[in-house]
Amino acid sequence: MTVVAQTAGRRPTGTVRRLAGQLHRRPRLRLALLLTAPLLWLAVLYLGSLTVLFVSAFWTTNSFTSEVVKVWSTDNFHALFTTPVYRQVILRSIGVALAVTVLCAVIAFPVAFYTARVARPKWRPLLVVAILTPLWASYLVKVYAWRLILSEGGLADWMLKPFGLSGPGFGLPATVLTLTYLWLPYMILPVHTALEQLPANLLDASADLGARPGRTFRSVVLPMVLPSVAAGSVFTFSLSLGDYITVQIVGGKTQLIGNLVYSNIELNLPMAAALGTVPVVVIVVYLLAMRRTGALSSL
Amino acid sequence: MRLTRTLPGATAAALLLVAATACGSADSGGSSATGLNPPDLKAQSTLGKTEGQVNLIAWAGYVEDGSNDPKVNWVGDFEKQTGCQVNSKVAASSDEMVKLMKTGQYDAVSASGDASLRLIASGDAAPVNTGLVPNYKDVFSGLKNGAWNSVDGRMYGIPHGRGANLLMYNTEKVTPAPTSWAAVFDDASKQQGHVTAYDSPIYIADAALYLKATKPELKIKDPYALDQKQFDAAVALLKKQNANIGEYWSDYLKEVSAFKSGDSVVGTTWQVIASLTADEGAKVKAFVPKEGSTGWSDTWMLSAKAKHPNCAYKWMDWIISPKVNAQVAEYFGEAPANAKACAQTSDKNFCATYHASDEGYWKNIAFWNTPIEQCLDGRTDVKCVPYAKWVQAWTEIKG
Repeated sequence: MTVVAQTAGRRPTGTVRRLAGQLHRRPRLRLALLLTAPLLWLAVLYLGSLTVLFVSAFWTTNSFTSEVVKVWSTDNFHALFTTPVYRQVILRSIGVALAVTVLCAVIAFPVAFYTARVARPKWRPLLVVAILTPLWASYLVKVYAWRLILSEGGLADWMLKPFGLSGPGFGLPATVLTLTYLWLPYMILPVHTALEQLPANLLDASADLGARPGRTFRSVVLPMVLPSVAAGSVFTFSLSLGDYITVQIVGGKTQLIGNLVYSNIELNLPMAAALGTVPVVVIVVYLLAMRRTGALSSL
Repeated sequence: MRLTRTLPGATAAALLLVAATACGSADSGGSSATGLNPPDLKAQSTLGKTEGQVNLIAWAGYVEDGSNDPKVNWVGDFEKQTGCQVNSKVAASSDEMVKLMKTGQYDAVSASGDASLRLIASGDAAPVNTGLVPNYKDVFSGLKNGAWNSVDGRMYGIPHGRGANLLMYNTEKVTPAPTSWAAVFDDASKQQGHVTAYDSPIYIADAALYLKATKPELKIKDPYALDQKQFDAAVALLKKQNANIGEYWSDYLKEVSAFKSGDSVVGTTWQVIASLTADEGAKVKAFVPKEGSTGWSDTWMLSAKAKHPNCAYKWMDWIISPKVNAQVAEYFGEAPANAKACAQTSDKNFCATYHASDEGYWKNIAFWNTPIEQCLDGRTDVKCVPYAKWVQAWTEIKG
C-alpha cells in the first residue's frame, strides 16, 4: 500500500520533471513561452492602439450627426498643416514642454548636487524621500493648490507685493510654473543618481591639476552628468507635451495640443486622432535626438 | 503621452507617417449634407408591462439615488413603485450624450437643445406620445413644442427644466452697474484680463444675440441660424473679446472660485452659480441684460432603439411629477418644468428666484438649439453655418 501511494504521489512530480527537462534541452521553446505574453501585450495594446489612432486620422465625419465616415482622405492632415491656429497651438505646446524641461534642469541640478554630495550621508536617503513625497499627492490637488497660489490676492501676489510686483496670474507663465513643479522630481532623481556615482577621485584629480571649481564643473562634472539630465528631460518633456488638465486649471484662456484633442474627440474623432499623432511624432524626434547623447541607456 | 507608450510605438509611427506623406494629398473625402427631415418613427400608443430596468444618460444631478448624498434620492421611490431598476450614466457634455445615445444601449437621455436636434435628425431619438405621460399637462406652455424639442408639432421628449445664461458682475469692481451685454463685448476692455465666458462653441450664439440688437444691418433673426456673413461677424466679435478674457469657464466651481478671488469680475453665468458665489461672500449680481439672453432647456428624450421603453415612459412621468421635479430643480439649480412643482419646493421663493412661471421672462431667452445647414429661422435663399463649423471656429477664437 505504501508503494502504491508513493508512486501515485510521485507521478505528477515526474511530469513536471519531464517538462522541465524538455524546457532545459530546448532553450528556444523556453524563450518563446517566456516572451509570448509580453510581446502580444506590446504588439496588440501598445502598437495596435497607436496604429488604430493613426489609421482613424484618415477618416472623416458626417458634419451633422458627427458619425465617423470610413472614407480615406488626408483632409485632416492638410488642415493640421494649413490652419494657422493648429500650427500656433502646436508650437506653443512644444515651447511649453521645452521651457518646463529647461527650468526643471536648472532647478534640479543644484538640488541634486546638494542631496548627492553636500548633505551628510545619513541624511541623503531622507532628502530623496522628501523630494519624492509630492509624487504621492494627487495631481489635481497639487494643481488646484497652484490655482489658489496664483489667483488674485493669493500667495504669489502677497509675497511679491513688498517689491511692488504682482503674481503672474493665470496664463502661459502659470502653466509653465505649475508643470515645472509637477515634473521636477522626475528630473532630480536621475541627476541625483548620476552625481552620487561620480567618483570623488576625479574631482580630486581635477583640483590637483589646478582646475578651479568652475573649470571642474564644466570639464568633469557636466560631461558625466549630462546624459542623466537628458534622461530626465525625456520625462519632463513628454509629460508636459501631453498635459491638458493643468492648463485648463491655471492656464487662463491658453490652449495646448491636448485641449484641441479633447475638444475634437466627441464631434470629430478623426481630427482628434490627427492632432494626437503630433505629440507622438514630436516625442519620436525628441527621443532620437536624446539617443545621440546616450541618455536612453542611462534611463 | 506617457513615455512607456511612445517608446515601442515610436518607430512604427514614424514609418507610417513617412508612408502616409508619400501617398500624397490628392483625394479629398466627400461630405454629405443632412437637413432636418427626421426618419418617420412611430410613437407607441399604449404602455405595456414594465421591463424591470431602465438605462438613462443624464447630466450630473438629474438622477440621484442617494449615493452622492443620502438625503438626495428620488430614484429609490421610483424603483419601489414601478419595479424598474435605474441604471444611469452621467455625461459631461452634450457631445458625449449624442455619442452614448448612438450606442443604442440606453433608453432615455436628458438632452439639452444643442444635442436634441442632432438626435432627432439622426433617428436616434423617437417621438414621444405625451398622452402616456400624465404629468405632461402641467408642464409650462413655454416649454412645449419648442424649436429644440419638437418637429412639426410632434414632441420628441418631455421637458425637464430650463435656465437662462445671465450676466454676472462684481458690484465693487464694475461700476456703473452694466445693463447690457456690451459689458463683455464692446466695453470689455474696461475690465481687461478679468472677463469670463462660457467655454463652448454654443457661446457664439451669445455674440450673435448681442449683434442682433446692436447691428441691425446684419439682420440676425435667430442666433442659432447664422449665414456665413452673420457668423463671421459673431466670430470677429469674439476674437476681439478674447483679448480681454481672463479665462473661459466650463466647470462651475471654477467660475465660483474665479469670482470669489476677483480673477473674473464680469461674464456669463447660471443662476445656480450666482447664488453659490453670493453665498460664499462675493459681492456679485446676476441678471438678464436688455438684449435678452441665451438659455438652455433640457428634455428627456426616448431612444429609438430603447429596450425598456415602458420603464422609460414611467421615468419621464416620474421626473416631472410635482414633488420630484421640485427636488431635482432645487438640487440642480434650474427652473422646474412642471407648474405644480413650485408648490413643492423647500425654499418658497425658489420659483420666483428662477422665474419659473414668468413666461414674459422666458420670451427674451433664446434656448440653445443645434445650428444646421438648413436655416432654423426659415430662410431658404442661404445656407447656414452648421455646428461642426462652430466647433472649429471656437478653437480659432481661443487661439
